Amino acid sequence: MSTLSELVGKETIEKVLAKGRSTGAGFSEIFIEDKRSTSAGLDDGRIEQVTTGRDRGAGIRVVHGETTGFAHTADLSEAGLLQAAEAAAVAAKQGSGGVVTVALGGIDTHQVNDVQILPNEVPKTRKVELLERANEAARSIDKSVVQVSAGYGDSVRRILVANSEGVFAADDQVRTLFRVSVVASGDGGMQTGYDSMGRTIGFELFDLYDVEELAAGAARQAVTKLKARPAPSGALPVVIKRGSGGVLFHEACGHGLEADLVGKGASVYRGKVGEMVASSLVTLIDDGTMSGEWGAIGIDDEGHHSQKNTLIENGVLTDYMWDYLRARKENHRQSGNGRRQSYMHLPMVRMTNTFVINGSSEPDDIVKATKNGVYVAKLGGGSVNTASGDFVFGMTEAYLIENGEITEPLREGNLIGNGPQVLRDIDMLGNDFAMGNPGTCGKDGQGVPVGDGQPTLRVKSLTIGGTAA
Amino acid sequence: MSSGNALQDLADRIVAQAKPGEQVEAYVSRGGETSIRIYEGEVEHFVSAQSESVGIRVIKEGRTGYAYAGTLDESVLSEVFAEARDNVQFGSVDEWAGLAEPDGVEKVPQELWNEELAHFPTAEKIAIAKELEKLTLATDSRIRIDDANYDDAYGETAFATTSGIRAHGRENGCYVSVGTLADDGDETQTGFGFSVGRTPTEFNLPRAAREAADRATRLLGATKPQSKRTTIVLDPYVTAQFLRVLSSSFSGENVQKGRSFFAERLGESVANPLVTLIDDPTNPLAYSATDIDGEGLAARRNVLIENGVLKQFLHSSYSARRGQTKSTGSAVRTGGTPGVSCLAMQLVPGTGTQEELIAQVSDGVLIQMVQGLHSGVNPISGDFSTGASGLLITNGQVGAPIREFTIASTLQRMLQDVVAIGGDVDWLPMSANGMSLVINDVTMSGA
Repeated sequence: MSTLSELVGKETIEKVLAKGRSTGAGFSEIFIEDKRSTSAGLDDGRIEQVTTGRDRGAGIRVVHGETTGFAHTADLSEAGLLQAAEAAAVAAKQGSGGVVTVALGGIDTHQVNDVQILPNEVPKTRKVELLERANEAARSIDKSVVQVSAGYGDSVRRILVANSEGVFAADDQVRTLFRVSVVASGDGGMQTGYDSMGRTIGFELFDLYDVEELAAGAARQAVTKLKARPAPSGALPVVIKRGSGGVLFHEACGHGLEADLVGKGASVYRGKVGEMVASSLVTLIDDGTMSGEWGAIGIDDEGHHSQKNTLIENGVLTDYMWDYLRARKENHRQSGNGRRQSYMHLPMVRMTNTFVINGSSEPDDIVKATKNGVYVAKLGGGSVNTASGDFVFGMTEAYLIENGEITEPLREGNLIGNGPQVLRDIDMLGNDFAMGNPGTCGKDGQGVPVGDGQPTLRVKSLTIGGTAA
Repeated sequence: MSSGNALQDLADRIVAQAKPGEQVEAYVSRGGETSIRIYEGEVEHFVSAQSESVGIRVIKEGRTGYAYAGTLDESVLSEVFAEARDNVQFGSVDEWAGLAEPDGVEKVPQELWNEELAHFPTAEKIAIAKELEKLTLATDSRIRIDDANYDDAYGETAFATTSGIRAHGRENGCYVSVGTLADDGDETQTGFGFSVGRTPTEFNLPRAAREAADRATRLLGATKPQSKRTTIVLDPYVTAQFLRVLSSSFSGENVQKGRSFFAERLGESVANPLVTLIDDPTNPLAYSATDIDGEGLAARRNVLIENGVLKQFLHSSYSARRGQTKSTGSAVRTGGTPGVSCLAMQLVPGTGTQEELIAQVSDGVLIQMVQGLHSGVNPISGDFSTGASGLLITNGQVGAPIREFTIASTLQRMLQDVVAIGGDVDWLPMSANGMSLVINDVTMSGA
C-alpha cells in the first residue's frame, strides 16, 4: 500500500491549491483519503460473508469570504484534482482573482496511536474464527438465546491534508471493532442484548480483550431482560455505571460546546464561558490524543494536531471546541476538532474522546445513598437539540434501585432531560473512571468515530420514559 | 452486446469474466449532488460532488464473498473482483445462497428522471434557497435562521448477474429545507420546514417557511408536563417516522432469523381494523419511488396489513428461496450484500383534517416532534419510548406547549390502539408517507 504522498506528489498538491485560489479565494485545501476496510459478519450460525472495501479520493475546499466551495473526486490524477479544484473555486466565487502560487514545506506527522499488528496483514481466517467463538459463547449462556449476530470490522485510513496556509500533514488511522447482538426469547416475547469493543489500534485488540466475554455479556443482558418489568414513568434519581454513560455528557453538553453551533446562536451554552454551567464535581475533557481510544487521531481532518482540551473545569465552562473556519472567524486558537466522515464531506466541529474525570465517591456508596431510583448499566445512543438543551438517551440495561440496593431488571426506554439542568443535578461522582463503548457520532448527516467515558455518577432527577406508573 | 448504456456495459463486462462454477453479480452506480447552504443572505457552502461505486458478489459452492470500491477506475475493478473471489472461501456454506433470477415481472413505467432538474441553472438554485431564508425570516419577528438549504441529487444504477439479470435505472430529485430558531428571552426553540419536488418548480416555499416558523414559535414557553396515560395525535412527519420503525418487522429475513414480533402472525389481527399498510415503490408520489429493487428485479406493490390483518412478509431472492416463496422485489443495498426492507411505506389514509381529528380528543397531546427513536425503540422486543414535544389537547382544542417528556408503549399495542387516521396525506422526503394519526393509551412521562 503506497503512501498518499507517493500517490499524489507535492508539486501536484501545490498546483491544486493554487488553482483553488485562482478565482480570488483566500483559502484552499486538499484532503486526500485512501481507506481500506474489511468486515465479516456472522448471523444465524453462518458466516454470511467477508467483505473488503476500498474508498479513495480527494475533497477540495475553497473559502472566499464567508462562502465555502467544495468538490470531491475519486480521480487522483493531476488532471482530475485540478478539475475538482476549479469546480470548488467556481463554487466559492464566480470571478477571477489572478495567478496564485502556493509552496509547501516538509510533511508533518503527529503520532498518537501505537499500532502493533496491522489488520490487513492478518489472515482473514483468524477474523472469521473470532465470530465463531463469539457465537458459541453467546449461545452457551442459556437455552433462551435464540439468535446471535456478530460483526468484525477493521479499517486502515490514510489521510493527507494540505492548505494554502502551509499546513501539510498526514496520518494513518487504524481501527479495529467487534460487536455482538443477541436475541433471547421467553414467555413474554423477545429481548435483545448488545455489546461492542473497538479501539484505534490493530489486531492486538484481541490480545487485550476477550470476544467470548463480550459475547457472554451481551447474551446475559438479553436473558436477564426476559424477566424485566416495564421501566418507571416519571422523574427519579438515576445512577449511571462507570464507562456506560459518557453519552450523557456527549448529548447534555458536548454538542452544545461545538463552536459552529455556538456561533450560530444554536446552543444553550452560548455566551457562558467563565460561568458555572455544571455541578462543581464536573470536569469535562475532550482529548483527541488519548492513545488507542476510539476517537483518537494524530491530526484532525483539517491537518491540525489533535489536542487535549478542557471544556468544563470544576463546573466552570472554560472553552468550546473549534474547527478552522470558526476559529478564524473569531480569532481563536485551533483545538484540533475539525473532522469529516470522508473525502466526500466538508469538515466541521466534532468531538473526539469526551469524558468526565474521577470524583471521590466509592461507587457502592452512590447506590447505597439512593433510596429509590434507577441504575443504568448500559446506555444506548442519544440525541440532543442544542438550542433548547433537551436531550434523550436510551438505556439498554437498567435495574431498579430500592432502598439503596440494585434489584429488578427493567425493559428498555429513553431518558429525557435538559442539558444545563442535568449538569447541575449531578450530585455524586465516583472514583472508578472507565471509557465506554466505541461510538459513531452523527451530525449534519456525517458519522465519525468518537469515544466517551465517565466514573459511576448520580443525577438527582431525570425523567424515565417507561410505562409503569 | 452493447446496451447503449455505459454503466450497463460495465456491469455486463464484469459478469462476463465469471469462471465456470461461479455465480457473479455486478452492481455499479454513479451519482452526484448539489448542496447549497444559505446563511444570512450569503452562500455559506456550495458542494458539487460526483461519486461512483462498484460492488461484486461471488458465490461458489454455497459460499458468498463480496467486495466493493468507491471508484469505477479500471485498475481498481480487477482488485475488487479478486478480493470478492478471495473472500468466498471464508463464508459458510449456505444452501439458500444465490443470486436473483429473472421472474418475468415487468417494471412499472415511472418518470423518475426529470430533464428540467438535470439542466436547472445553478444561479436559480441559489436564488431559491435565499428566497426560502427570506420568506421564513419574514414570518415572525422572533424567528432566526439556523440554515436554509437547497439539495439535489441524481443516481444511476446497473445490475448484471450470471443468472440473467440485467437492469438499469436512473433517477433524480431535489428538496429545500430550512431550520429555524425562535427566541423569547433566554429560551430558544427550534423548528424545520421543507418542500420536495422532481423539479424546483414544484416547491412550495411559503408553506415550508410557515411550517418552520410555526414549529419553533409554538413551543416557546413550553413546560414539562405531569406524567399520565393519554391519547396522542401524531403530526404527519412523526407518523412517517413511526412507520419506518415498523419496517424491519416485515422483513421475511428477520422473520426467518427470529427477529420479528410478527413471526407466526400471518393472517392474524395485528392492528386496529382501520389500519391498511402497503409498501409501494411504484407510486410516483412516493419520494423513494423506484422501478427496480436492490437485486435488479422490478419493484412492486405489496400489501403488508389489510384492515388490521397481517397479509405478507417482504422478500429478497435469498429469503424467498429460504422460505420457499417468491421475491417480492424488496431487496435493498446498504453497502454490502442485499438485505430486505420496505421501500416506500404507505398507510392508507382515512378522512378528516388534523383539526377534525383533534376535535374528537377530549384529553391528549399533539406530538409535533420526536427525539431518540434510534435509542429508545427496540423493533425486536417492540418496546417503544421516545422523547417528544408538542401541544396539549383539551376538549378538542390545542392549547399550551409542552416539552422534555417521553411517550411510551409497545409497537404491538400502538398498532392495536390506533383509533383514527387522517386524510391529510403528506409525501415526505423519506421512505414512508405521513398523515395525522391518533393513538390511545400511551404513557407520557414528565415531571
